Amino acid sequence: MAQKTMIQAITNALDLELADDKNVLIFGEDVGKNGGVFRATEGLQTKHGEERVFDTPLAESGIGGLSIGLALEGFRPVPEIQFFGFVFETMDSIAGQMSRTRYRMGNTRQMPITVRAPFGGGVHTPEMHSDNFEGMITQIPGIRVVVPSNPYDAKGLLIAAIRSNDPVLYLEHMKLYRSFREEVPDESYTVPLDKAAVVTEGTDVSIITYGAMVREAVKATENLAKENIKAEVIDLRTIAPLDVETIVASVEKTGRVVIVQEAQRQAGVGAQVASEISERAVLSLEAPIARVSAPDTPFPFGQAEATWLPNATDIENKVKEVINF
Amino acid sequence: MANHKAAVNFEKLLSDESKDFKTIQILDAAGQVTQPELMPNLSDDQLVELMQQMVWSRVLDQRATALNRQGRLGFYAPTAGQEASQLASNFAMTKDDFLFPGYRDVPQLVQHGLPLSQAFLWSRGHIDGNKYPESLKAMPPQIIIGAQYIQAMGVAVGMKKRQSANAVYVYTGDGGTSQGDFYEGLNFAGAFKAPAIFVVQNNGFAISVPREKQTAAVTLAQKGVAAGIPAIQVDGMDPLAVYEVMKEARAFTTAGNGPVLIETLTYRYGPHTLSGDDPTRYRTKETDDIWLKRDPLVRMRRFLTDKGLWSQDQEDQLIEQVKTDIKAAINEADAAPKQKVTDFLNVTFEDQPQNIKEQIAEYSAKESN
Ligand SMILES: Cc1ncc(C[n+]2csc(CCOP(=O)(O)OP(=O)(O)O)c2C)c(N)n1
Repeated sequence: MAQKTMIQAITNALDLELADDKNVLIFGEDVGKNGGVFRATEGLQTKHGEERVFDTPLAESGIGGLSIGLALEGFRPVPEIQFFGFVFETMDSIAGQMSRTRYRMGNTRQMPITVRAPFGGGVHTPEMHSDNFEGMITQIPGIRVVVPSNPYDAKGLLIAAIRSNDPVLYLEHMKLYRSFREEVPDESYTVPLDKAAVVTEGTDVSIITYGAMVREAVKATENLAKENIKAEVIDLRTIAPLDVETIVASVEKTGRVVIVQEAQRQAGVGAQVASEISERAVLSLEAPIARVSAPDTPFPFGQAEATWLPNATDIENKVKEVINF
Repeated sequence: MANHKAAVNFEKLLSDESKDFKTIQILDAAGQVTQPELMPNLSDDQLVELMQQMVWSRVLDQRATALNRQGRLGFYAPTAGQEASQLASNFAMTKDDFLFPGYRDVPQLVQHGLPLSQAFLWSRGHIDGNKYPESLKAMPPQIIIGAQYIQAMGVAVGMKKRQSANAVYVYTGDGGTSQGDFYEGLNFAGAFKAPAIFVVQNNGFAISVPREKQTAAVTLAQKGVAAGIPAIQVDGMDPLAVYEVMKEARAFTTAGNGPVLIETLTYRYGPHTLSGDDPTRYRTKETDDIWLKRDPLVRMRRFLTDKGLWSQDQEDQLIEQVKTDIKAAINEADAAPKQKVTDFLNVTFEDQPQNIKEQIAEYSAKESN
């Protein structure tokens, strides 16, 4: 066991999968010699060779098509999109093609592709790098969307994603890359896809969230505990499809819900969680379902990022509203 | 069949296609005019002005780098080495031509009319940096590589429909030529015979990826061939050649002949951006040194000094002036109002729908304390 940051856990997972399965290939812009702009693939080309870990020309659409083609040739592609803000350049490959190949060919072909991309706010990137576009992809049938919130899960979920025979969009929150370390086993392990985690148990309110907001929610929980409010934090981990069972079980226990997403309020993952709860557990509710989110503008210019992004205080206040309803 | 003959000699075709594009040079690395017959029609004052702009850009690059390190500037993509490619191409255009810059093309944007203080605000991530006066014919630096090429084509088609006498000029790097948008921009502009000048600043690297890994094409200029548009390579360290080619391209395209593609051969001395890039991971000092010897300022300085148009004194004075101007622009940027989320909410739509109205109320309360 060793203390690892999330990015180290990701590199470690990629390294193990490259070693474990010769069909695993890693490619993208600057992932080779440079080890990726965040160094997620640091050292992997040297260790596993240029045939397995390589740079592509600068074209996300090409990277998408390359992934699909390599999958048809029996490989297990793990492409990197340098920033998720650039996803539109390869939207057809992700949303239109790889997600529906199994379906459109009647289960005679599969797309074991894991698209990795950094995303998320709080690190002062230039415009168009940080956008929370995950909600958009969750509307697409046939692809899983995975967002780890900590190093341990990051490793286990990435290994599970790479081994999955269906496409996975694996989103790495930039703020979490190096912000903390935790124990991560050296050996290979998987964390199941499609399963939410109960991060903190509580009986008074369920805070349902994912990604970087999990840390904010836990922070809020610690403050709320001082006022004797016992909040339960659910980390969705896979945001499409949702683990409805875990969500409903928590809501049935607490009767109160605050859904937190870093993304804008309109549509998105939070809206889907809210509908599932209102369809399946409305009679357990003692207060209206509440949401904490960013406002409905494009991702903010850096100078106002801190106000735009939801934080622990916003969550704390919303929980109190729900508790005092 | 014994005497079967191949219908196609692909190897020969490949070598035919790889024929080198001509590289235009007027002023060599030593500051000597190699092709006097190509000398641009520039007055002494204009030649000096072009040099002044390049010196300005070099000083701006140094100051911006220092300011970034001090935390007084945000995102910055270094420009040193690319002064001829950037400023001399811009010098051939007019204020009524429409500029589409990439993230590295802030110098052209400022010369085209964006106040430097606004360029600094853009770098810091402040919306006021992108509030362009109507007279400024430009879009903010594009982040999505390739997007500027298709939009430039759109403006060019619009200009043609309006029978404008002007042209659009747009920049990308060598890496940018791999994007689908790059080809689409060229192809549409060619099909519509639109007045556009597509500039590729080939500085040898797309972050860490060398030019040779982007494409099997021997030149990037030859990518114009498939779109049916004329293309040329130019010594991107030679301000006179870059200017002359750009000037002629402008004349050609504004005369209704359709777009032009120009590949400038240049180099960025610094890192890709100041956000953690380390060029020693992917470039050698030997390569750096080769390009440093081709420096555009050195050759223009020599050329102008020989003509009695430039002196060290003059340059020193200019450098002091530029530093003062930069300081003033930074102070102006410092005076910008604190950025608020309500500023964003107010400009997301022309009129405010229900959700935005509610959020304006919420954030006004939050931001007033
Ligand atoms: C669509 C898109 N993909 C990837 C990036 C990330 N990125 C920023 S600059 C860059 C390299 C660009 O190289 P080049 O076009 O040669 O221009 P240079 O930076 O050398 O001026 C990359 C990959 C981006 N900004 N947009």
